[in-house]
Amino acid sequence: MELLTYQEIPASYYIIVSAAIFVIGFCGVILNRKSIINFLMSLELILLAANINFITFSAMLGDLVGQIFVMFILTVAAAEVAIGIAILVIYFRKKGDIEAEEINLMKG
Amino acid sequence: MNLIAFYIFSSLLIAAAILVTIARNPVHSVLFLIFSFFCAAAIFLLQGAEFLALLLVIIYVGAVAILFLFVIMMLNIEIKTFKKEFLKLVPVAIIMALILFVEIYFATISGLGGELPEIAYPINYEISNIHDIGLILYTDFFFHFQIAGLVLLLAMMGAVMLTLRKRYGVRRQKAYEQISRTRKDSVKVVKVLTGKGV
Repeated sequence: MELLTYQEIPASYYIIVSAAIFVIGFCGVILNRKSIINFLMSLELILLAANINFITFSAMLGDLVGQIFVMFILTVAAAEVAIGIAILVIYFRKKGDIEAEEINLMKG
Repeated sequence: MNLIAFYIFSSLLIAAAILVTIARNPVHSVLFLIFSFFCAAAIFLLQGAEFLALLLVIIYVGAVAILFLFVIMMLNIEIKTFKKEFLKLVPVAIIMALILFVEIYFATISGLGGELPEIAYPINYEISNIHDIGLILYTDFFFHFQIAGLVLLLAMMGAVMLTLRKRYGVRRQKAYEQISRTRKDSVKVVKVLTGKGV
């Protein structure tokens, strides 16, 4: 049986889209050699995929908790970006560049 | 009709997401990110989550993407070209991505088949979405709501504390010290003798 969401579109379609966005974000994180700022953008895409999944299941089951949780994910995403960019700014002040490969202060 | 709208917006969303990761200029990446958020908002609208669609546009386009743009323009990052080592990683990444995609797909699809869970807070389609969310958010999820506020406060304090720096040699107003001066410790009456300086 195909489970339908609010507008009669099968839920599995949305899940495919969400999985695709997640995978693109994941590839963005591992392939990124340019700057840390692109890392953060890929992380935003991953969180967006999670949000789409939550909304899909909320619409499919007729349960509102999924939508409430998306609000909290948005909160966490905004906080994460603020902190990430603050760290980026102080790193840039120290080194003058934010290329991902050059970051080796911790010798890791 | 809805299915056509879904196909249009989801394909635009995936295309924009791919362009976010492969665009060379970070400013272009941010613009594609904004576009992908608009498409995601349209997909939310298709699923009947109007409030969250608007919230996504307001928070992401209005705050997060603008923050990215500000930082990119402030930091003056030069545009990097692709390196040879980058191309070596591409097949590995594609294989990993395919495995991950198939894994996520089958994990979620197989979960769809079974018995549906009990619904905790059923959606009331008689009233608007924002009314429905408000009825739950400010009653049963009030604690979570306040914790979310605390998280945002902590993020703000953290960002301010991290980027604050004390610069020496800068003159600034010290309101408290200026107001709390008295006549006694700022004015001194000196008797000047003739023929001698102060």
